[in-house]
Order: sequence, then C-alpha cells, then structure tokens
Amino acid sequence: MSASPAYSEEKGGSSSLGEPEYGHDPASGGIFSSDYKRHDDLKEMLDSNKDSLKLEAMKRIVAMIARGKNASDLFPAVVKNVACKNIEVKKLVYVYLVRYAEEQQDLALLSISTFQRGLKDPNQLIRASALRVLSSIRVPIIVPIMMLAIKEAASDMSPYVRKTAAHAIPKLYSLDSDQKDQLIEVIEKLLADKTTLVAGSVVMAFEEVCPERIDLIHKNYRKLCNLLIDVEEWGQVVIINMLTRYARTQFLSPNQNESLLEENPEKAFYGSDEEDSKDDKPDAASLVKRKPYVMDPDHRLLLRNTKPLLQSRNAAVVMAVAQLYFHLAPKAEVGVIAKALVRLLRSHSEVQWVVLQNVATMSIKRRGMFEPYLKSFYIRSTDPTQIKILKLEVLTNLANETNISTILREFQTYIRSMDKDFVAATIQAIGRCATNIGKVRDTCLNGLVQLLSNRDELVVAESVVVIKKLLQMQPSQHSEIIKHMAKLTDNIQVPMARASILWLIGEYCEHVPKIAPDVLRKMSKSFTGEEDIVKLQVINLAAKLYLTNSKQSKLLTQYVLNLAKYDQNYDIRDRARFIRQLIVPTEKSGALNKYAKKLFLAQKPAPILESSFKDRDHFQLGSLSHLLNAKAVGYQELPDWPDEAPDPSVRNVEVPEWTKCTSREKRKEKVEKPFYSDSEGESGPTESADSGAGPGRLCAGQQGGTAQPWQSFHGWRAAGSCEEEEQEQVKKGKKKPPQDEGKGGSESSWEEGSVSESSSSESDSGSEAEESQSEPESKRRTTVRGRAGQPGRGLLDQLITSQPQHVPTAFLPPSAQMLSPVFSTMKTYELLHRMAGEGLSVEYYFNRQPFPPDPHMVAVQIQFSNNTESEVKNLRVSEPKLVSGMRIQEFQEIESLAPGDTASVIMGIDFCDSTQAANFQLCTHSRQFYVSIQPPVGELMAPVFMSENEFKKEQSKLTGMSEITEKLTLLDKCQSDHTIVQRVTAAANVSRVPCGADNEYRFAAKTVTSGSLILITLEQKEAARAHLTVNSEKMVIGTMLVQDISQALAQ
Amino acid sequence: MIHSLFLINCSGDIFLEKHWKSVVSQSVCDYFFEAQEKAADVENVPPVISTPHHYLISIYREKIFFVSVIQTEVPPLFVIEFLHRVADTFQDYFGECSETAIKDNVVIVYELLEEMLDNGFPLATESNILKELIKPPTILRSVVNSITGSSNMGETLPTGQLSNIPWRKAVVKYTNNEAYFDVIEEIDAIIDKSGSTVFAEIQGVIDSCIKLSGMPDLSLSFMNPRLLDDVSFHPCIRFKRWESERVLSFIPPDGNFRLISYRVSSQNLVAIPVYVKHIISFKENSSSGRFDVTIGPKQNMGKTVEGVIVTVHMPKAVLNMNLTSTQGSYTFDPVLKVLTWDIGKISPQKLPNLKGIVNLQSGAPKPEENPSLNIQFKIQQLAISGLKVNRLDMFGEKYKPFKGVKYITKAGKFQVRT
Repeated sequence: MSASPAYSEEKGGSSSLGEPEYGHDPASGGIFSSDYKRHDDLKEMLDSNKDSLKLEAMKRIVAMIARGKNASDLFPAVVKNVACKNIEVKKLVYVYLVRYAEEQQDLALLSISTFQRGLKDPNQLIRASALRVLSSIRVPIIVPIMMLAIKEAASDMSPYVRKTAAHAIPKLYSLDSDQKDQLIEVIEKLLADKTTLVAGSVVMAFEEVCPERIDLIHKNYRKLCNLLIDVEEWGQVVIINMLTRYARTQFLSPNQNESLLEENPEKAFYGSDEEDSKDDKPDAASLVKRKPYVMDPDHRLLLRNTKPLLQSRNAAVVMAVAQLYFHLAPKAEVGVIAKALVRLLRSHSEVQWVVLQNVATMSIKRRGMFEPYLKSFYIRSTDPTQIKILKLEVLTNLANETNISTILREFQTYIRSMDKDFVAATIQAIGRCATNIGKVRDTCLNGLVQLLSNRDELVVAESVVVIKKLLQMQPSQHSEIIKHMAKLTDNIQVPMARASILWLIGEYCEHVPKIAPDVLRKMSKSFTGEEDIVKLQVINLAAKLYLTNSKQSKLLTQYVLNLAKYDQNYDIRDRARFIRQLIVPTEKSGALNKYAKKLFLAQKPAPILESSFKDRDHFQLGSLSHLLNAKAVGYQELPDWPDEAPDPSVRNVEVPEWTKCTSREKRKEKVEKPFYSDSEGESGPTESADSGAGPGRLCAGQQGGTAQPWQSFHGWRAAGSCEEEEQEQVKKGKKKPPQDEGKGGSESSWEEGSVSESSSSESDSGSEAEESQSEPESKRRTTVRGRAGQPGRGLLDQLITSQPQHVPTAFLPPSAQMLSPVFSTMKTYELLHRMAGEGLSVEYYFNRQPFPPDPHMVAVQIQFSNNTESEVKNLRVSEPKLVSGMRIQEFQEIESLAPGDTASVIMGIDFCDSTQAANFQLCTHSRQFYVSIQPPVGELMAPVFMSENEFKKEQSKLTGMSEITEKLTLLDKCQSDHTIVQRVTAAANVSRVPCGADNEYRFAAKTVTSGSLILITLEQKEAARAHLTVNSEKMVIGTMLVQDISQALAQ
Repeated sequence: MIHSLFLINCSGDIFLEKHWKSVVSQSVCDYFFEAQEKAADVENVPPVISTPHHYLISIYREKIFFVSVIQTEVPPLFVIEFLHRVADTFQDYFGECSETAIKDNVVIVYELLEEMLDNGFPLATESNILKELIKPPTILRSVVNSITGSSNMGETLPTGQLSNIPWRKAVVKYTNNEAYFDVIEEIDAIIDKSGSTVFAEIQGVIDSCIKLSGMPDLSLSFMNPRLLDDVSFHPCIRFKRWESERVLSFIPPDGNFRLISYRVSSQNLVAIPVYVKHIISFKENSSSGRFDVTIGPKQNMGKTVEGVIVTVHMPKAVLNMNLTSTQGSYTFDPVLKVLTWDIGKISPQKLPNLKGIVNLQSGAPKPEENPSLNIQFKIQQLAISGLKVNRLDMFGEKYKPFKGVKYITKAGKFQVRT
C-alpha cells in the first residue's frame, strides 16, 4: 500500500498546519482567554474571501469537535459559509452544522434554504446529501419541511435518493413522533421499492418507526426474500431479523408434531443425519409426521434464500441467519448453522464472546448440532478468561455419555491452569457433568476429592462446595467419601473447606456413625484455634450429633458449647447460647425443644446445578437482550408460533387465487385444451422424423394420429428409442401374463430385461409394432364405454381420451386390464401465474415417462402460454438453485413464443428421491422469474413389473423398519376394484402386480434416482376396512407415500 | 442503532468522539472505566456493558478501545462487526490503526466516520467507495495540499455508491495489469504433553491484490476444491457459481482484499510440521526448576520451517531464567513473565535447544501447572492442506494480465501443553 509511507509525511504536513495552535498543547484548553482569542482568529479566517483560509479554519474546527471541545460560539461565522462554492468547505460546514444545530436552533434556520435548493438539484448525489443533512439537523421547527422533503424524495427517480429518504424517516420520527402516520405511508411506499439499495434502509426505518405493523410486510415478503442476497450486508442483518419475527406470526411451527414424540427417538433421529444429508431426508420425514402440516412455500422460500448468507464474511449476517434457522427451521435442518458459527470462533475475541454466548444457549436445546465440533471449543491457555468460561459452558452442555470421557480428560488439564477463576469454573463444570451423567458421577467425585488437597484456597473451596452438592443428591452411597473427607480435616487448612466438611459430616452423621463423634472430638480439641466459620460449623456438628447420638457425644457437646460461650466472637457466643437452649432439655425450654430434631435434621433439597443459559432462548438469539438476559429498550418480543396459520394469500402480490388447488379442476380443463390444439400444429414436422409407431405405442389410450406433447422430446428420442421399444414389450406382455400368471420364473427374466433396459428385447419390437398399434385402439374403446357407465366422471373421461398416457401396467389380471392403461393422473401444477409472469403463464405436470437422457431424472412437462401482446423470446432456465445432489436437465431454449401461442417442453429433474423443491429461474429476453417445482412423493418413482412371487420375495426382504402399515376405512364409493386401482395409481406412479387373492391389491415401483424398490399392498378387510402397507428402504418416501395414498383413498 | 463512538487509549484518555444523533456526554464512559478496572486485564473487559440509560459495546484493537454507545436493541455483532470495519478502514487509510495515526489525521477520521454511518446505520463501509469520497493521504497530495490549501475531500461526486457492484470503482487504469493471490494457511493445534494431537485444523485465507484496468471478470478454479469444507466469501463472489461448479467467479474490488476464508474439512488429518521435546519441572521446596526445550521439523515436505518463535507464559512465581540456546536468542520479561525464544530457521541436522535453570521466588509454592508453549512458524511455498490453484481466467477485458499465486503455511493458534 502506498498509504504507509505517505502517512509519515502527512503526519508532518498536517501537524505543521493545525496542531501547534491547539490540541496537543496542554495549556490551550484550560485558559479561557486564549481559547476565546483563538476563536477570534478562526472567525477572521472564516470571514475571509480565500477558500483556502476558510478550509483551514473549518479543518481546525472539525478537529476540535472530534476531540470533544466546544466550538459552538463559532456557529454564526460557520453557518454563513453554508452556501460556499467550494465543495470541501461546504462538506465541513455540514459536519459542523449537524453537530451544533440542535444547540443553536434559530441560527440553524438560516441554512435551511440552501438545502431546500439542494433538494431540487439535477444531480442525484447532491439531492441525496442535501436531504441527508437537512434531516440530520435536529430542529423541531423544520419538521414540516423535512416531511415534505422525505415524501418527495421517496418518489425520486434515483434509488440512491430514495435510500436517503428511508434513512431520514427514523430521524424525523425521533424528532417528532406525531408524524408517525404520515411516515408509515412513506414506509409503505418505499417497502414496495424493488431495488436492493433501498430494501435494507427501509426495513431499518420500519423497525424503528412501526415494527408492529407487520401487515405492511405481507405484500413485500416474497420480494424481500428474493432480493435478500443482493442487499448490502448491514441491510441483510436488519431484514433477516425482521423476517424472523414476521415468519413467527405467519407460519406454523415446523416442529409442532415433533414435540409430541418422546425424547429418545428424536435424538437418535437427529444425531444420525447430522451434516449434509439433512437437507432432504429429515425434512421429508418431518413433513410426514405432521399430518396436516405442510410447510408453507413462503416459509420454505425464506429458509432457502437465507441459507447462502451463512457464508457471508460479515459475522453479524451469519449470526442473523443462524438465529433465523434456530427459530424457524425444522429441527432437522438447524444443523447447517453449526459449521458457520464455529467458523466465527476464529474471529476477533469480541465476536467470539458474542457467538459463544449464543452457542451456549443453542447447545442446551440442540446439543446434537454442535457435537461434531466439540474440539473446536477446547480451551487454550492464551484465551481470555471470559472466553474460557464460555467455552467451558458449551463443553459442559455438549457432554453426554459418549463423549464425557474425552471431556473429562480435557477438564483435567484445565484444572491445573494458572488462571484460578477458570479453575473454579472448571470444577463447577465437572459438578454439572456429574449431576447430568450418572455414569461418571463417581469418577468425578473421586477427582474432586483429590482436588481437596490442592494448595489453592479457591480450588479447594470450590471443590468442597461442588462435592457437597453432589453428595446431597445421594448421600447413602457415598459414606466412603464422607469418611475420606472426615480424614481430610487433619490436613486441610482452608477454613471454608473445613467448614464444608464439618457441615457434611453433621448432615449425614447417620451414614458415618463411628467417625462423626471422633471428628467432633478432634475438632473440640482444636476449637480455640479455628477460624470463625469453622467454629460455627463445629457447634452445628455438635448439635446434630447430640440429637442423633447423645450417648456418645453428650459430654463433647457440652464441652464445645462451653468453649463457645467464652469465645471472642459474639456470633459464636450467640449461636452457642441459642443451641444450648434448643437442644438441651431443661424445665424452661419450651415447646421448641420437641422439634429440635426436625429443625436441625430436616431434609434439605439438593441444589440443582444447571446452566445459566437455560431458558435464555425466549429472547431472540443474537439480540442484545439475549446477551444481557434482560429486555433491552426497544426489544421486539419474538412471538410464539400461531396455532392456526393466518391466511397465506395475503402475501400474494396480485392474484389471490395463486395458491394451488383451489380451482384446479376448472383450470386444468381450460388450460389443456389450448395445449393440445397447439401441439398438434407444431408437432407435424418433427413427428415425421420419428418412427410412425411412436405415438401409438407410447400412449395406450391414444391412436396414431392423436397429437401428444412429445414434440420437444424428439431431440432425445433417437437416443432413447430403446426405451420405447420396451414399453412396447410391456404391451406385448400384457397378452401373455394371464396364462403365465404364477409362473415366477419366466416373468422375472423378462422383468430383468425391462428394468435394466437391455436391448435384447429390441429385436422383436418390429414385429410387435403392428399388434401394439391396433391393440390400444380397441382397448380405448372398451375403456370409454366402461367409464361412461360411471356417473359423474365426465371430466376425467375427457382427460382420459385426450391425454397421452404412459402407465405401464403389465400383468394385470383380466378384471383390471382394461382399466389401468387408460387411467390418468395428469394433475397440472402452476409454475408461474399469468399475473405474476406478466402475461406469461407456465404450468407443469409429471408426464410419468422415463426421461431418456438420464434415467435418474423425473420428466416434467412444462407448458408455456404467452398471453401478452408481444412475442416472448429466449425462454430458458437459468441459475438453478438446488439442494446438493439435485440436478436439472434444462430444456432447449425456446427462441420465441408468439402472442397467444403456447409451447411445451420437457425437462428432467433428479430430485434425489426427496420432495425438496427444485428452484430455478425462468428467463425470458426481458425478465426472469423465480420458480420452483416440488414433486409429490408419488412422482419420484417409476413403475416396475414383477410377478407375485418376485413381489413376495422382495417384500420379505423389506420388513421391520422398512415396512410402514396404516389402517384405513374405505368409503363406499371407493370399494370397487377400479376405483381403488385408479386412485392408487393416481397418487403414485406405480404399476399393479398380479395377485391371487381378490381382496388384495399390489403395486410396485422403483425410486427414480436410487432405484430402491417400493412395494405397496392394500388388503381389504371386512366392513370397508383395509390395511395399507408400503415396503421400501426409503422409509421417508414410504411414510409419505402411505399418507398420500390413504388420503387419495379417503377422498 | 449506533449513537456515539468514543476512542479511548490505554491510559484512559478519550481522544476522539463522534455523535451520530444527539450528543451523549463523555461521562458515560465512566461505566466503561469501571468495568475495565474490574476486569484487570484488557482482554477481559466485557464487550457489552449495560448502564442505566445506555448500552456500551466496545472492541479493543491496536491498544485502542472503540466504545460505542447504543440506546436501543440492536444485534451486538452488528455493532462489533462495524467497529472492526472502522478499525480496518483506518488501517487501510493510514497504514496503521494507532492513536498517533488517528490524532494526526483527525479531520479525515471524522469525515470517514461521518460517511460510514448515517443516523447510526451503516451507509458506506466499502473501502473503494470511501476512497472516492475521501482521498487517503499520500505524499504527493499532502505536498499539494500544503501549497494549495485543498483537503483530502474528493472533488468529484462518488458514483460507486450508485453502482451495482459497490466494491469496485468505476474507472480504474493501470499500465501493468497484475493479479496476485496469496494462499495463506494457518494450523490451529493443541498438542498434549505426550506429543499427540488433541485438536488440529487448518484455516486458510486467500488474500488478493488485484490491479487490473476496467471491469475484469475473473474466475479462479482449484485443482481440489473439495478440500474446502466451510468457506466464507467476499461479497463480490458469485455464490451460485461456486455452489454448482466450485469455481470462484467475481468482479474484483480494486486493490487489496480478502477473497475467501476457508476451513479444511476436519476429516483430513493435519500434518503437524514441527515436534517439540520438553522437560519443564519445578522441584518441591526449592527455588529453582529445570527448563529444557528442543524443537525439530517433521513432515515438512522438503520445505524449511522458518520464522520459528516460541513464546511461554511462565508461572507467576518465576523470578528469572538462566538459559542457553544453541540457536537464536531468547528474552525473558520478568514483569509479564513471558519467555520469547526467537529461533529462525530450523535445520534438521542440528536441532535448536534451549535449556537452563528457572529461578523461583523463594518461599513461593511450586507452580502446579507447567506453562504451555505457543509456537509460531512459517513455511514458504507450501499450502499444508494441499490446496492448489488450477487456473485464473479473465473475461471482459482484452489485455493479458500478469498472474501470480503464492502459498504459505503458518502456525495459527499452535499450542503445546507441557
């Protein structure tokens, strides 16, 4: 850096300019006259015409202000220069003005017009700085002017000026709180601002002026979440803290059901997926547990968008995200923050101090989170004491059965430290470990007993106190230690320790009946030489012994009391007199005598050793109040989760019906029509490239000529054609199975072929083509007929006939054969609403086709329709934001989409067998939209064909933990084979497995990513009851699937 | 938010004050002095102090207390981080953050503070923006200033504040375009008495010095990015690119800055480059003890271990030490009881050794604990984790920059228990 050599030079330079006349000169401040005189001199300089002189004077004045010296008498001279042409002088005048305007209000008014002019300047920076200074002048008279200026600036073209306006709001508010209502209007307006520059500042203003007006946030919530990563770091902190509070009022607790579970499984569950894997699995698991609870997508949005900020270089941002996760995330996801917090421990010691306090609180509630980082909390001898003690606190909180031995070994080194406060804290910590973990109680006790011989008084006293507490918990088992301690009275000289030992012996004299009187004998011998506290305890011991064992100790007690009677200390004399009256029965001693035993030997509750950080988490973590463990001024209470989630639609920006599934049925119909009509037109040329057999084979319910949404798929088709052949095989197989049923051998070999996508089956595909083409047609006819018989299914029928199908249902028993292939589940989901997408609407559905480029991906059919007046160009996916492991195969960019046109494409997503949403941006030539696709669990699998025997064999391997069973009642309308099969296949992409018994239904599938088997059995019992069983190693998927299917059947 | 700031030196003088809202009297610092007295040690002054009307949040840097006055709830780390940023800025401007430097540049300091906070809320903390607003002192400028009487205040209006990339100045021009990266790794370790490692991990940073014209868009890739377990980034780095490709892609700030800091995953075993043999003992009932320490290189991958310094905080009872060293020199500070042994390079042929007698205060009890040894060292041209920069690509500008990467391994908090 060039600054360092320059510095020395500058040092010389500046001191030659300003220093000698004031400042360091010790005499200068003291003598008023010289002070006064010098100000005269400055006034002269300010009045001169030369800018350089003015500047010089201003520099000196600013230096005076900086040193805390009073320069207020120069106000008139300075304020004259507010309109000075020289920008440097001007700036320094501003600095002066802001500092002294409050004291010289009338004179300050002289400067206002200059700023008002500045507010109209064409240069945005000048407008901003004028507003900044104007709002910083704390003169109540100009409140209306300020208000006007702020309002105007809030709608300025320049975001920088708007930012300044946001900064000015709290200034005005602190000057005149009556302006609140008007200011809230401005805040509301600025909250709607879409630039990152403004976001942080306006939320800061919101927090200072109207933190209770949470309703102002609704409409801006999603925008704030999305902007967050680009806001400057200080703004991020404020926004995150505010959103934490917001989320607590608007969403349901993600952990509400977990609290019902017992502790143990919870912990095991938690411990198992500690770090990286936690993103998908546990989340899914927790989703399952709460039956009606599904995390609000907005809640998820917040968690997702704040997570990257854990990697910020700014400790305050990291802490803010950490507390957000701690307060808002499902338990299983909180773990991510541990790594980041541990990183902060490398930072400055002040940062360490704050972070450790927060970690201490967190580690009480979520111990598992920090366990892997145990060693990062080990103490170095060079750490400051306050850091050592906090680290010790964390280590103690983290101690459990498994790591206690390592922790105790560490503690052993700490005990020998030179820092005695720290040693004392360590002894306390050992005591706490001993109370919490029964296994090591004896080890700890022995260790502590050894410490009793320590030379340091503090150490001994602390150990005795801790031992005393420990013994109080279970005295009967530790008469050995009490005996040992009794022996120590010979050696230990520290009065506090002696006193504690005596108290112990007295309290538990029944456990050491032989030793206690002996100790008393020894003590009475040395009584006169003891310290006062020891003497008091000797008297205590004597009294207790007299009551329990008067035979042996009567005389000794008398002796001790007599000694005490003539002691120098009046406390001791008093005590002796009091005790004598109480315990030695005489005629005069009143009713109390009878209760002496109860008085002395009452059961005393064992003290509880617990962390001082317990229950601190009712304060928002990371806050000043949490640190002080007391409510700081202006602290906003962190609200409890609501029992009922408030209406989530308030966050919808334009269209209230944005939330899914309200009017899905209708929309589906509406949307799908243009979809097909469109694709028909477009499909023509590409279709021809493909083999003519394609459509018919693919879609059982469709005929060769029918259009189907595969156009954009063609690029892949060549590569993936073998898969299609296989599907053909499926159909071919359909004819055979009825005879083959039950013969596991032949079928299983076939099945292998299909699952592993071997090309062996390809050879006969040609000959089958014809057959398969004609077959679906007939099948379709029967289907339609069959369906038509059912009332109220008009809509579905429509879908069936018009939609492409791929429901590979081989080996169906005759009864189900005709139903399955035509069954449709094409639920459409909205990706981008027409309003949100500014005319571009996007929907998607899972077409349940294999995705040829990558068999581990789920194919998602996306359909764009352009409702704008103009062409939409360059539609593409960008910047996928995925949970680790997830992958996206983007669709080919759509070059342009004419107004009113629709287009559909297929993209592949590898969800890693989790229901985590895939997030990405949908870009057009002009805009980008954040969208996310969240798969229902049923779409994460692909059907598998297997025989009954195969099924049973596999099922027998997947029992125990991998088996999930639920009892359910089938509704009347849900009794028929057809409906059941249909509903199950609607809920999940599975294929039916033949089954001998007619009250049983079996389905099989494999997860797309990992290929784990999923076996579903539905057993109908008498009286409409049924058992649903899912076998799968993916327990999470299994449980979710059970939920989904039983829900589908219950509808 | 932040109400006022006081800078206090070690002797308790308030040598600078700045108020962003109404003036708070200096007397509020009395609470701080009280706490300071109670703590006895500068390190143990609690960073947050509660007083009846205010809260004081302070940091201690370069023998200066930065004490800020807070009136309402605010995240304490927010304030602490900001105060450190202030100290960093002073360092950046004046080359050092010392009392004299601040006193000599009091006007600049005051202006900086004025720009950094508005009404107690941070406004401009990026050094690139600040330098546009207020020019740092340089030789030439101070000469010119003394002649023309101008100041260091920027004449032009700062545009950086308006930009999307606030960390970079708009117009940057260099005749030599250079980009240097220093990969600095520090080994934090606790070695126990028997020489086995209780705890060790590697913390690394990449400090960059980028002097490139225009708006270069750089991407830096590693041979083995998986090593980096936990990374924190300068705001210029595109997070998504890192997530998906493990490539650092960024438009750099101009000048010196810290690109990333990282921790190497704790699963990797850390190679400890030195070993220490030590005998430190105090005899019971005698006023002397033995001190014998030998240090040697281990697993240093063919590189020399240099800059070795051993610091020992001896027990309070130690009066002085009579030692002889086979290499380097030692000093013992009898007031602070700190022994410093400056060794320099370690050659494996002749291991440096320091031994002799420790004199204790007569009558004082034998110290219970042996002092632990704090060791510093440096290994040039080696990143102990094995991290390697693969390549640096530049987009957006035509010229060919000169690129350089330097590796260095240091001891961080490296402690040997004895």
